[in-house]
Amino acid sequence: MAVTDTLNKGLRKIPAWLIYVVGAAYAVWEFWRALNQIGPYLVEPINVLERAYGEVALILMVVGLMVTPLRQWVGLNLLKFRRAIGVTAFFFVLAHFLVFAILDVQSLERVWTEIVKRPYVTVGMLSFVMLIPLAVTSNNLSVRKLGAATWRKLHKLTYPAAVLGALHYLWLVKGFQIEPIIYLVVIIALVATRYVAIPRKRQTAPS
Amino acid sequence: MAYRWKNDLTMADVTPKAAYLNRRQILAGTVGLGAIGLAGRASAQGLEPNTLEEITSYNNFYEFGTGKGDPAANAHKLVTSPWSIKVDGMVDRPGDYALDDLLAGLSVEDRLYRFRCVEAWSMVIPWNGIELADILNKVGVQSGARYVAFETVVQPENMIGVQRRVLDFPYVEGLRIDEAMHPLTIMATGIYDEPIYNQNGAPIRLVVPWKYGFKSIKSIVRITLQEDEPPTSWNKANPREYGFYSNVNPNVDHPRWSQATERRIGGGLFAARQDTLMFNGYPEVASLYEGMDLTRFY
Repeated sequence: MAVTDTLNKGLRKIPAWLIYVVGAAYAVWEFWRALNQIGPYLVEPINVLERAYGEVALILMVVGLMVTPLRQWVGLNLLKFRRAIGVTAFFFVLAHFLVFAILDVQSLERVWTEIVKRPYVTVGMLSFVMLIPLAVTSNNLSVRKLGAATWRKLHKLTYPAAVLGALHYLWLVKGFQIEPIIYLVVIIALVATRYVAIPRKRQTAPS
Repeated sequence: MAYRWKNDLTMADVTPKAAYLNRRQILAGTVGLGAIGLAGRASAQGLEPNTLEEITSYNNFYEFGTGKGDPAANAHKLVTSPWSIKVDGMVDRPGDYALDDLLAGLSVEDRLYRFRCVEAWSMVIPWNGIELADILNKVGVQSGARYVAFETVVQPENMIGVQRRVLDFPYVEGLRIDEAMHPLTIMATGIYDEPIYNQNGAPIRLVVPWKYGFKSIKSIVRITLQEDEPPTSWNKANPREYGFYSNVNPNVDHPRWSQATERRIGGGLFAARQDTLMFNGYPEVASLYEGMDLTRFY
């Protein structure tokens, strides 16, 4: 398809490291706004910042999970950005956790109590822990050392981590709210594409 | 019946108007030393009121959306005039009362109260209001009435949260009659001597300072005296998490978060948590619950 070919060609010129730069800049920007209590941070910056980082992490996980289906069905190739998307998602989860632990809960003892006692925190924490080995092995050396097959197997942890992340969000809101449901449904659907046979669009097929 | 409860503080201790409009400016030293002195005196007693800006821009009013800023953004659509309240059930003088008629002759008092949300944040709010007991005595409570039920207005076309069915609206709440008659329990019509903002529950709302904020139902259109315990909205939505009583209690956790500590709004990004007080620091209500297992009747 002409459109995807043009897009793919254009995307090739964009370096993947730009994602890290934009991600870091955005994280710092939000922190700065929270510090100075600007905009949504006017009254209670801690919870708002906690949620802002968490939500970016979820969005990046969704985008990361879309890379493969987009390539297979639409022919759009974002593969070279996937590692940067995943690692940036991890850093936002880490930032989310740090805001929770340091600014919100404010003591290690209470952090532990929260993790053990509150299922939605347990689930979020589990997701975070699953992402750690993935972040650590997101480099070419690890792929070589582990071997492609093992590495790929390990990185399937992305699926439960993303589902648990969305569940964490759904579990913490009060009343009937639509956003966390949308995240959960989209993530489950994207994971399902890995296990359901759907006719593929071949990269090499003539258009 | 009015003036049965005395503040440690009077409105003279409240941050003056010029100051509350922008406390940060005072701290930056742009307003006179006198203002700092007043603010300092109130805070020394642990009850420095939040600014009007804080009180009116960080709200839970799910009829107008679930975000904390949503009520401030959307509540201008609430139509508050004319306003009438249906008073029914076991009362001597039931009827649809125009708000002014219902409140005529009753005293509006200043009440500087702690306000503790079930989500573990808190504020200090200088309310202006009328003792609920005065209103109930005016309509005449019959002897068999053991509970008071309240209902919030529903204006679906003006309320985005109602359209999205966040909860089973109308929002309903209730009190036991002795809680309703307690001198601490007020119906607020103002904050900082200004008419109460829509996002805070205009034109009239309940304030029960020893209970979690969601008990203090906003924009009330119906008051019913009855024999049985009335249903309450959050209890209907999630009975495991929200009980009828919902007294502030640091020893009984909400299943999803601890109630032992709270964060006072207004401290910025590095605000420290503080210990939550039993009955939100109003021990005078403890006698209402004597002999009750508060872990069961949460």
